[in-house]
Amino acid sequence: MADLKTNFLGIESPNPFWLASAPPTDKEYNVRRAFEAGWGGVVWKTLGSEGPPVVNVNGPRYGAIYGADRRLLGLNNIELITDRPLETNLEEIARVKADYPDRAVIVSIMVPCEEAEWKSILPRVAETGADGIELNFGCPHGMSERGMGAAVGQVPEYIEMVTRWCKTYYDKPVIVKLTPNITDIRYPARAARNGGADAVSLINTISSITSVNLDNFSPEPSIDGKGSHGGYCGPAVKPIAMNMVAEIARDPETRGLPISGIGGVTTWRDAAEFMSLGCGTVQVCTAAMTYGFRVVEEMKSGLSQWMDEKGYSSVNDFVGRAVPNVTDWQYLNLNYVAKAKIDQDQCIKCGRCYAACEDTSHQAISMSEDRVFEVMDDECVACNLCVDVCPIDGCISMVAMQPGETDPRTGKVVQADYSNWTTHPNNPMARAAE
Amino acid sequence: MAQGQMAPGIVAGRLSSDELAANFDDLHPAYAPHEAAVAADRCYFCYDAPCQTACPTEIDIPLFIRQIQTGHPEAAARTILEQNILGGMCARVCPTETLCEEACVREAAEGKPVEIGRLQRYATDTLMARGVHPFTRAAPSGKRVAVVGAGPAGLACAHRLAMLGHDVVIHEARPKAGGLNEFGIAAYKATGGFAGAEVDWLLKIGGITVEQGSALGQGLTLDALRADYDAVFLSIGLAGVNALRAAGEDKEGVRDAVDFIAELRQAGDLSALPVGRNVVVIGGGMTAIDAAVQSKLLGAENVTVAYRRSRAEMGASRFEQDLAASKGVRLMFNVMPVAVHGNRSAVEIELEYTTSAGGSVTGTGETVRLAADQVFKAIGQTLKGAPEGLELDGRKIRVDGSGRTSVPGVWAGGDCASGGEDLTVTAVAEGRDAAMDIHTQLSA
Repeated sequence: MADLKTNFLGIESPNPFWLASAPPTDKEYNVRRAFEAGWGGVVWKTLGSEGPPVVNVNGPRYGAIYGADRRLLGLNNIELITDRPLETNLEEIARVKADYPDRAVIVSIMVPCEEAEWKSILPRVAETGADGIELNFGCPHGMSERGMGAAVGQVPEYIEMVTRWCKTYYDKPVIVKLTPNITDIRYPARAARNGGADAVSLINTISSITSVNLDNFSPEPSIDGKGSHGGYCGPAVKPIAMNMVAEIARDPETRGLPISGIGGVTTWRDAAEFMSLGCGTVQVCTAAMTYGFRVVEEMKSGLSQWMDEKGYSSVNDFVGRAVPNVTDWQYLNLNYVAKAKIDQDQCIKCGRCYAACEDTSHQAISMSEDRVFEVMDDECVACNLCVDVCPIDGCISMVAMQPGETDPRTGKVVQADYSNWTTHPNNPMARAAE
Repeated sequence: MAQGQMAPGIVAGRLSSDELAANFDDLHPAYAPHEAAVAADRCYFCYDAPCQTACPTEIDIPLFIRQIQTGHPEAAARTILEQNILGGMCARVCPTETLCEEACVREAAEGKPVEIGRLQRYATDTLMARGVHPFTRAAPSGKRVAVVGAGPAGLACAHRLAMLGHDVVIHEARPKAGGLNEFGIAAYKATGGFAGAEVDWLLKIGGITVEQGSALGQGLTLDALRADYDAVFLSIGLAGVNALRAAGEDKEGVRDAVDFIAELRQAGDLSALPVGRNVVVIGGGMTAIDAAVQSKLLGAENVTVAYRRSRAEMGASRFEQDLAASKGVRLMFNVMPVAVHGNRSAVEIELEYTTSAGGSVTGTGETVRLAADQVFKAIGQTLKGAPEGLELDGRKIRVDGSGRTSVPGVWAGGDCASGGEDLTVTAVAEGRDAAMDIHTQLSA
């Protein structure tokens, strides 16, 4: 069995699966259950300032997007930060950390953008013995209207400023949690690094309306006929999250900055993908909220099995392995030529590839009277749509042409060497460089 | 107190009312909405879908399933009913395992087709439960059409003609409309008086009059119909039953399976319906299976289907064969009846083994005797009472692709007409298509 032990910013945990700051980590009761179930760490649900706690709505906080058989694909929420007294949370954090010294306990914090506020809360958090803090610059709903959460995360200068305060008044690791509700994730990440952040975590949730009630025209979740945008998470956001993680991992200005990956991690495979893109740990919420804490069992056994199969003895063996393969479009090899190939033995003759190609793509699949579907290599641009719509896994594949073969579509011989857009004759910039 | 399976002879009340109610419950229970959504989600929305091609009425199956999926079962029903006005009954009785579901690509992929029949029922039941009729009539054409026989073909033809603005009179010999939907078909396939309810719902289109007790040869002639109406559609079914041609066929306890099935369908109280202890059904089609299974469900101890050819040649689908076997019916292949033994009433049947290679059936000389106090004949129905002057094609009324007979102004469809399988769905297609051709002629 591969060793899943993780050391992230000097914080050790028995596995890389942490529960994200969210309802599952709001109180001692849940966190103890999570640790008993085997989670490697938790990021405690966001604490606010001393004083009367925030209040939540008294109607639905969540909305959902479903796939087949009501499988939950995306969840959105309008819940605010913890609505329990600060002192209660701090006491509980201290108790839990004392009882589970081998697990990571990170405390998420969100207080107003004033130095005094941060200066006042940080020593109290430090007293709990927690392993580090996560700055919640991400929540897009509710708190952002009060100048916190995503309202900070959308202004790189604020991120840098607050991060610096935290590094000044707190001596353990500081993780900055980023909002995806920006145009370019690299700017807030750079700001965090400039402020001295030890790591970033992302993504927080995406501003969203999950659905509209077509009887009363209220957005969901509906509170007395009105709705407010919530934060979207769950399996549906994973592709967006992974791209943002990769952008930070490969940005020269933030390269090497530790990342805790968040966004739709549901299975071991999701975790492995995030980690290959540079994440030292992953944080999970929706999967736990959907299936309960014991879902971590599959994540641990799955990741361990995959590591054994690949011969990885430590997570460090594969963290970041995919980062060098993430590049700009302009550097993709234009001499790489592939063609779709349909395995007739596997084909069930549904014709979806034909409909997709004929109606919406390149008219490169033929259909015979007896429903035999074949790729016309002289039309196929290898777009992959047929592969994507085929219901049979592995029935259609993209096969690379070998150097020396002639592409029947272009009449050109496939070249062995690499060539990209930067030097392509159709590129005006390439011509200008000549 | 129930008589039990072992009571000798042909007796009623072998099983308790509760047992009978359970036995004759819906074969395929209706979907709940979530089940329907999950089942609908399995459809791949195939291009030029094989299921649609396999459907004799060419229902746009991928479309109606998608309409169910998106929460509009009534719209799905309309898609179905536009092609097949008896889509509700067809959803229950179609041998989908040899039609749409056999063609479903998921049958090829994993041996589990999309459950098209049950989805169709979900859609049509939802719409019919609202009590509304989704179609309206075109402006009156002033034309009148006579339909002879209120079975699936006649009803489909009448409905389409009424929609197109023509007035229709259906002449029906029996006291109820519906044909085999009402009098044939196993009870567990059309529970809760569905056949009658569907006819009532269909007639809501308006412009259709059903005259009961009115049949060719009983005061009604084709010549008179041709004189009184602008067109005539014949859907008289197959009223004759083939004989066994075995000694002792006239003994008590030997009867036509179709009569037994009709009696069962019309029975108000199944515990009053007599059935033998040892039942043998001669035949290999759906009628044979329906009679055998229902005998078993009524409480017969031993029920055997004796078919003169091999399993592969059997008219009943493998699904129907397995259904029978699961209810405890014994299927015997390559045996043909030689004689029914007994004094006045049947006691035993003597069967001779056969070989059925290459289409012909030859007795081997070896025989076997089975206890048989009741013998059902289910070896096919024949055209009976067809008007003189119509050309026949073999033993059926000859029609062309539009349902035209050899006599101008007279169309025919359903089991009485040539072409197509003898299925409800085929009859509907033929009735509908004949109506379209009649309309074209009347509009010319």
